[in-house]
Amino acid sequence: MAGRDNVTQATTAPCASARWQGNGLSDMRRRMVDRVATGLCWAATVLVLLMLFSILFVLVRNGVGGLRWITFVHVTLPPGQGGGLANAIVGSLIQTGLAVLIGAPVGLLVGIYLAEFTATDNRFINMVRFISDLLLSAPSILVGLFIYMIVVVPTGHFSGLAGALALSMLVVPVVVRTTEDMLRLVPLSMREAAIALGAPRWRVILFVCLRAARDGVATGILLALARVSGETAPLLFTSLGNMNWSVSPAAPMASLPVTIYQYAGAAYEDWTALAWTGALLITAGILMINITVRLGLGRNRK
Amino acid sequence: MDRSATSPSALTGVARGNGDAVFATIVRCAAVLILLGLGGMVAVMAWGARGAFATFGPAFIVDKAWNPVTQHFGAAAPVFGTLVTALLAIVLAVPLAFGIAVWLTEIASARIAGVIGTLIQLLAAVPSIIFGMWGFAVLVPFMAHYVEPFASHTLGRVPGIGPLFRGAPYGTGFLTGGMILAVMITPFISAVMRDVFLSMPAVLKESAYGLGMTRWEVVRRIILPCSRTSVVGGIMLGLGRALGETMAITFVIGNANHIGWSLFSPGNTIASLIALEFPESAMGSLKFSSLMAAGFLLMLISLGTLVCSRLLLRTRAAGR
Repeated sequence: MAGRDNVTQATTAPCASARWQGNGLSDMRRRMVDRVATGLCWAATVLVLLMLFSILFVLVRNGVGGLRWITFVHVTLPPGQGGGLANAIVGSLIQTGLAVLIGAPVGLLVGIYLAEFTATDNRFINMVRFISDLLLSAPSILVGLFIYMIVVVPTGHFSGLAGALALSMLVVPVVVRTTEDMLRLVPLSMREAAIALGAPRWRVILFVCLRAARDGVATGILLALARVSGETAPLLFTSLGNMNWSVSPAAPMASLPVTIYQYAGAAYEDWTALAWTGALLITAGILMINITVRLGLGRNRK
Repeated sequence: MDRSATSPSALTGVARGNGDAVFATIVRCAAVLILLGLGGMVAVMAWGARGAFATFGPAFIVDKAWNPVTQHFGAAAPVFGTLVTALLAIVLAVPLAFGIAVWLTEIASARIAGVIGTLIQLLAAVPSIIFGMWGFAVLVPFMAHYVEPFASHTLGRVPGIGPLFRGAPYGTGFLTGGMILAVMITPFISAVMRDVFLSMPAVLKESAYGLGMTRWEVVRRIILPCSRTSVVGGIMLGLGRALGETMAITFVIGNANHIGWSLFSPGNTIASLIALEFPESAMGSLKFSSLMAAGFLLMLISLGTLVCSRLLLRTRAAGR
């Protein structure tokens, strides 16, 4: 206890007295505690890294066998007849592409609003930022239910567009966050210079500030793309999935996550194998985007 | 700065004022869209749930039944499962996340911490369905063959906590669900903790080290007290994520409408219940409405948690 008393004293009154030397026994105890704590921190880090590598290992082991030509060029077929994931891959690309096309502009505008209009509507801005942060972590399955109720029910059928809309609701808050952060990094002097040259405010924002922040903003959009391309829950009740070739956003559309979900739980070996291949593809794509973005960011910071 | 930008100059006043006004209107509309998004979600859930709440009343929340045959529904079991798995996840994830954050900020060198930190954040990018498949292929057999039999032979005999660890070792269940969620939210919590630890004034730590404190003492007595609020905010953020998680949980929870003491027993959560049963329920039926009501409850629980988290994290940002 003597050692601990010394420490408390040191934090409150930072004057090292002779008592600080302590006796050998409490010193040893303190060092032991420190060693154990350090060891546990190592253990936690190693454990979580092991989880990551275990996931990657299992994905590669189970999924690499299905990386054949036919997987990419053939649509899904009933069990036992072969088939590939072509419609799911294309469907995923269309839906995430549409989601980014819809969500990114909205996110950009809101991000601009949050960063550039604080002088006039600060209170409302704080509220919008708060709500946007809530949307960032809202349960994605509820987003799916919401779009089901406001799009699928009125139109009377599931559609790729509904899926894209559900995903775009997840794109917006990510883009808002990064856009605002990046615009705040643009130096004041740049705005002042542009204003002094007589540019109207909207031109200053769009052609000076946003241009200066474009790398960061593009990063945000890429991260949003990566995030939604693995989302399954919002698509279950919106684009539903489709066994056949479907590229029309007005019809039910297949997507990789939903196909994986349907196939992974099936009792047919070729289906589960395809599910693992799909999982490998999607994880590889997402991790690739993330690594590229992080490497790019690291370079820019230097 | 902003004021001066809004005031139009005399030269091109009209044209410039119009352009700025139009632009301001557009961005404000976009901002309103965000509010409509969240507000609409809550309103639509409440609207869809009205049938269930009208039929069962407030008892819906504490009713254990989920019986499509007798048209009798209650949300007690999924609410229980949601809370139990999320709390288990927090209990498991917080020490892990804390250990990682301390390792990254205090133990590892900056260069190594950069690489390892990126790897840990990659774990946060892995989609939830992948965690589900991994859980089903790796974690469930591991739990069923090793952890659960062992735990029920040892911990299961301890008085007091024994009932928690008894039961058939299916592998699926609350504990496995909580573990999957823990792996998923650890990167989020550790990222928040790491940022907070890094934002501490270095001079505080340096003086403490200078006085002869060990590393653990610095963490325990300098870093933690200074960053308590934000650390709790980060934990709540993780909790909010764990509550709403769907795909990973659906694979490993066992999907049984069940409340019990045993952590090994299969159960369900609100999100997994919706994912499994919603496709089989007809629009306008009582079951449909009950699922919406469960979704509404999930909305309230997770929004409540997230609001707490944001308020805790914001006090720090404002205070600095």
